[in-house]
Amino acid sequence: MIDIAAVRLSSAQIAWRAAQDIPDGAYVNLGIGFPEMVARFQPEGRHITCHTENGILGFGEAPSPGDEDWDLINAGKKAVTLRPGAAFFHHADSFAMIRGGHLDLAILGTYQVAENGDIANWSTGKDGVPAVGGAMDLVHGAKATVVVTDHVARSGAPKLVRRCSLPLTGLACVTRVYTSLCVVDVASEGFVLREKIPAISLADLRGVTGAELHVDGDVGEMICPELE
Amino acid sequence: MDKRLSSPAAAVAHVGDGMTLMIGGFGGAGAPVELIHALIDRRAKGLTVVNNNAGNGHVGIAAMIEQGMVEKMICSYPRSADPVAFTRAYRDGAVDLEVVPQGTLAERIRAGGAGIPAFFTPAGFGTELAGDKPVEEFDGRMYVRENWLKADVALLKAETGDPHGNLTYRMAARNFSPLMATAAKKTFAQVSRAVALGDIHPEHVVTPGIFVNGVVEVSRPAQEEILNRQGAAYP
Repeated sequence: MIDIAAVRLSSAQIAWRAAQDIPDGAYVNLGIGFPEMVARFQPEGRHITCHTENGILGFGEAPSPGDEDWDLINAGKKAVTLRPGAAFFHHADSFAMIRGGHLDLAILGTYQVAENGDIANWSTGKDGVPAVGGAMDLVHGAKATVVVTDHVARSGAPKLVRRCSLPLTGLACVTRVYTSLCVVDVASEGFVLREKIPAISLADLRGVTGAELHVDGDVGEMICPELE
Repeated sequence: MDKRLSSPAAAVAHVGDGMTLMIGGFGGAGAPVELIHALIDRRAKGLTVVNNNAGNGHVGIAAMIEQGMVEKMICSYPRSADPVAFTRAYRDGAVDLEVVPQGTLAERIRAGGAGIPAFFTPAGFGTELAGDKPVEEFDGRMYVRENWLKADVALLKAETGDPHGNLTYRMAARNFSPLMATAAKKTFAQVSRAVALGDIHPEHVVTPGIFVNGVVEVSRPAQEEILNRQGAAYP
């Protein structure tokens, strides 16, 4: 069995790969944490507008330390800056943008994605204080909901599964998954492999995937630049 | 008509035991720290508090929880950089929790203020948060029925306010406040700058004064995030 830790892409590389598919002019919500990295890899010549649930369209990078304005934060409560053309709005408008289908893309992290597009990314099901935030709204709202994730959990358990075992965030909502090993689409037949890193064989990839991995046409090579 | 109040204490004088309170803010942005602390001075008890979060550190809503004033939190995300106040009270069974998806929370408040008793949303369908709420299919998709949310009193932080109660907000500190202003029987705002009638251009009013019962100027207000970074506690 291949040691996937030795060949897998870094989080930055997964984020880079996801960023390459965002079209010019897109309105995008990047989930808290790892998905936020996607903003760093916006391809040259394309302009994307980032939405944050707490009421900003068109925010930019983090300010320099010491320059934070704590009234200007993203959904992860991190300080951000504004780009020219930014807008503020209240929460009902913000979620009208989400639920109303006005966002082009939501890019989210996850614990599990099922072959029918179900996603579980809000609760590990363990004891603790339950907290959902905007996750359940986001998975249903955008025109496309894609996931960026390690291919397997820290325990080694597959994150791409037949059915989610963790509490669901939403049903049948994920359309594409970018993992540390491959890119898959969620189609009517289940996960369809679109790209994989050259260092892993199809057999080994299937060995670390918890659901059937369909091949339908060419499988591209998932090649990302070296990034920190 | 003059809705200006002399002090935060005057604004929170309407809060009684057992009331439901909406408190503006998302994290520290928009948290009406001075109004909350004036309420802590009054020691109102048995409160239900509606906010996106459930307090951070030992000021604001977290301090209310530590003082035993909160019976129930209705929120979307009761975690924060330092959630110890809520987490301890929750584990001790001292405070109830209703977790609501963030957009559903916003829309329930909006509906409460707009006289709409219920609405359908896709958020939460098929999840444990939908529980046994009624569901219905529209155009081939399934939706969950959610009910309006109303409050006795809303406490907000705004940037400018005039004697009629017209308000503007500052950047992302706006968040839930314009919705909460509509959904409470009485709404009180602390404003960083009290201005004269006419000083807020009618095109720029975000919350029209009809939704506001009292305005109190708190110039140079505390920012919850900065208080927490300083390790502040109240009282």
